[in-house]
Amino acid sequence: MTTTTTKLDSLAAPRLPAGWLLLLALLATLPAWPAPIGTEFHLELGVQVLSMVIFALSLQLLVGYTGLVSLGHAAYFGIAAYAVTLLAPASEAGNGWWLLVVAVGSAALLALLVGMLVIRTRGVYFIMVTLAFAQLAYFVVHDVDGFGGSDGAYLYFKPEFRLGERLLFDLQQPRQLYWFALGLFALTASLLGLVLRSRAGHALVGIRHNEQRMRAAGYPTALYKLGSFVLSGGLAGLAGFLHAVRSGFVNPELLSWHQSGNALLMIILGGLGNLWGAVLGAASFVLLSEWFQAMSKHWQLLLGGFIIGTVLLLPRGLVGLADMLRPWLRGRLRPRRGKPTVLGFQHKERTS
Amino acid sequence: MKYRTATLAMGMLALLTGPLQGQAQGADKLKVGLMLPYTGTYAALGTAIENGFKLYIEEQGGKLGGKSVEFFRVDDESDPSKAVDNANKLVKRDSVDVLVGTVHSGVAMALAKVAKDSNTLLIVPNAGADALTGPLCARNVFRTSFSNWQPAYAMGLVAAERKHKTAVTITWKYAAGDESVKGFKESFEAKGGKVLKELNVPFPNVEFQALLTEIAATKPDAVYAFFAGGGAVKFVKDYAAAGLKDKIPLYGPGFLTDGTLDAQGDAATGMLTTLHYADELAVPKDKSFRLAYAKAFKLQPDVYAVQGYDAAQLLAAGLKAAGGDLAKRDALVQGMESAKLDSPRGTLTMSKAHNPVQDIYLRQVTGKENKSIGLAAKQLADPARGCRL
Amino acid sequence: MDAITFLIQCLNSLQYGLLLFLIASGLTLIFGIMGVINLAHGSFYMIGAYMAFTLSSLTGSFGLALLLGIPLAVLLGYLLEWAFFSFLYERDHLQQVLLTYGLILVFEELRSLLVGDEVHGVSPPDWLSGSLPLGHDMSYPVYRLFISAVCLVVAGLMWWVITRTRLGMKVRAGSVNREMVQSLGINIALLYRLVFAAGVAFAVLAGMISAPVASVYPGMGGQVLIVCFVVVVIGGIGSIKGALVAALLVGFVDTFGKVALQQAAGALVYLLMAAILLWKPEGLFKASQG
Repeated sequence: MTTTTTKLDSLAAPRLPAGWLLLLALLATLPAWPAPIGTEFHLELGVQVLSMVIFALSLQLLVGYTGLVSLGHAAYFGIAAYAVTLLAPASEAGNGWWLLVVAVGSAALLALLVGMLVIRTRGVYFIMVTLAFAQLAYFVVHDVDGFGGSDGAYLYFKPEFRLGERLLFDLQQPRQLYWFALGLFALTASLLGLVLRSRAGHALVGIRHNEQRMRAAGYPTALYKLGSFVLSGGLAGLAGFLHAVRSGFVNPELLSWHQSGNALLMIILGGLGNLWGAVLGAASFVLLSEWFQAMSKHWQLLLGGFIIGTVLLLPRGLVGLADMLRPWLRGRLRPRRGKPTVLGFQHKERTS
Repeated sequence: MKYRTATLAMGMLALLTGPLQGQAQGADKLKVGLMLPYTGTYAALGTAIENGFKLYIEEQGGKLGGKSVEFFRVDDESDPSKAVDNANKLVKRDSVDVLVGTVHSGVAMALAKVAKDSNTLLIVPNAGADALTGPLCARNVFRTSFSNWQPAYAMGLVAAERKHKTAVTITWKYAAGDESVKGFKESFEAKGGKVLKELNVPFPNVEFQALLTEIAATKPDAVYAFFAGGGAVKFVKDYAAAGLKDKIPLYGPGFLTDGTLDAQGDAATGMLTTLHYADELAVPKDKSFRLAYAKAFKLQPDVYAVQGYDAAQLLAAGLKAAGGDLAKRDALVQGMESAKLDSPRGTLTMSKAHNPVQDIYLRQVTGKENKSIGLAAKQLADPARGCRL
Repeated sequence: MDAITFLIQCLNSLQYGLLLFLIASGLTLIFGIMGVINLAHGSFYMIGAYMAFTLSSLTGSFGLALLLGIPLAVLLGYLLEWAFFSFLYERDHLQQVLLTYGLILVFEELRSLLVGDEVHGVSPPDWLSGSLPLGHDMSYPVYRLFISAVCLVVAGLMWWVITRTRLGMKVRAGSVNREMVQSLGINIALLYRLVFAAGVAFAVLAGMISAPVASVYPGMGGQVLIVCFVVVVIGGIGSIKGALVAALLVGFVDTFGKVALQQAAGALVYLLMAAILLWKPEGLFKASQG
């Protein structure tokens, strides 16, 4: 059994918010740019990217930091989206506060129920059980009458967020929906940042490295793992809420293993164990898919090639690329010391 | 740290500008957005619809309402989960003037929602979702094909007339399948028949074996099936292979045998289906249409091509009434509502809910054709339940 | 349900289960012996179906298509392993997932470029196209019996090779302790290539023989992939016996489920997997049990 050599740095709590604040500020100015950048189409695309970023961030907590690889995360995303759509009134705008709480709450509740059952399994079996439960949720939503079947269900009016009589933001306006999404993104990133800096957050990282050791040190690891599972499930629900509000349409495919697989792809692509990785991975995945689709009918070839290329050349993901460029940007010609590390999860046999 | 942010931000902005479509804004062009399946089980249908649409435009000298036509295409893959985003590409990114689509009823519902939200004109050249000209009907949504109810209701009448007392239905579990079965059930049971079981298969699954065994065990007088495209080919063949063809008569709307006879071969011989179109109709327009289509595309046309052709005709009628000006929406809609189309299927008019009022033919498979052997229902209009137009 | 119907549904379950076994056996071998998660396995099934379509269109005979297809499949597997998969052994599971996912996309697009996107049917040879009468008004397609027969023959062959030949001995040893086998001087690289080629060939064969009953359409690989993973996990990773038992279990649950509980049918297989994993977290059989 070999241990994985991981640089603790990259798994450390997220650093100063300076970079994040800069990013937020930059993104907030998007609507102000003239066409062809600040168009309604791009604002909606922006919201789509942001909901995927939140989804990826939620999975990053579970996979990248706690080391629990879930192939069923889309279930929580989808259940929240369905909750909003099915519970919203059919002929008028629903109460946004309540719908938000219900959406995130149902996702977290489902995560709690599933988490309690799956926390005992390990490795590839954990992957498969999480997949199994996600598939169960998929088939409930696909086959049981009342959910709309394979054609899905529609959200006809975007929920309203009111304070007393005043309408806080009008989500029908593309700009306001975009800023609302940006706000949710900021909320998610800050929440995760706080959690990961805390003792609990460090415990999660410790569990990822060596669960036995953590248990020996007196930590109730099962509880921590469950907590991580539920928190990431709830945040996935937040992403699902945003998705339903933006697109106005839900469909069983939101819970499919393809969706779960895509989320995993995004964080591996971006870089595991790093919140920036989730952001970069999700954004590039969504935007590149859009871009390639516009370019060619056979865009999946380009995407597949891009994925293969990234994994082969950038074992630490896109975040690794930024790190590799940094010394060059600072004028140093010598590359950084130390081999790029491979963030592995299985106790892989190495013949070397 | 800041470098990372900078590179990230630049990168994301660069990527955002990627999906731009810098289309020249030609004031004289009519931008038509085609949202059709170009891949998957309904791919042949999508191609036929586009061919039919283009044929009409060519016959008008390449222009519609005096304007040249610019096409924007999106492959909807018959996937409802991507439908809203696909539709938005045409409406928001390409800013089309007219949306034409689609085949799959679930996708069409999403398309209709986007069309209504953005007040874009939508012409549906196939998808039969009853709701589109029912509770979700709208001034800017038209259909030149059928509602799922129409051919199914007619088939129920035929089955009852042929003295069948019991039936089993089987279909894909999605809007079109469910509505088709409901339409059949409505007329069949109204005339004294009884539907024993309603079987279904998830879309687009084609593994029918277990259910065929179930049908054989239930022993109904008749079987009503709704499938189309690749699924129709497989079902009819499997039905024959299970030994059911000669024991329990198989009925269905025409999609079961339209465009599929080459692949189905003997398995389909003698089958009765109902549809608003058939081969060898005594309609003069049909003969000239078939010749023109075969010449242009080296293929025989089918009902989907006819629907595409009529979609273009309908649009032209509207444009004519509006004097070629799309901004005159009221005149455009009026023109389309009152249009009397010279369709290869016969004369076509629109119901108040913007669905075709048409004859439903009873056809029988003879050789490689669906020959009309009579009328199953005359000038049948969809009841448009829930439509407030 | 009367006796004849029950028999027919059993035959349906058997046929589906055996077909799943054929595909899953390759997956479990590759996973168990080389430790590679191969998401592209479903694509091999798809490639098999499309090969059956193109070869039978070219040669006019389904039988000939099968005869040509099998060696082609082995060659394909051999080349793929040499060119691409051998790089995956050193990588962790997540990277394998990502790489093989990328490969699925590449395969789908290549298929689209080479053969197009339409749905195709493949006709079985005439002598297999009939129906066997069972009881006085039901019958069963002969071709489906043929499918079951082929899968049984392959299963038998697999059992014989693994338990009765030196090659099988090496394969079994390699799945339990790779380093030891290498240090004994056995050419592990060649062994892996052969095992991979065999795994691919099984999946391709499964695709070819099921083409007449399942139709040939884009996306067919994805549906079968996930069910195969379920089979492999229920059976125990690396265990051929487990794959057989699990595949038959899934076949029965799925077939009878479809008929008995229409609304729950899709979920039943996953319920089964969840239940088994919660009872036996590592699947039914261990790899060393063959």
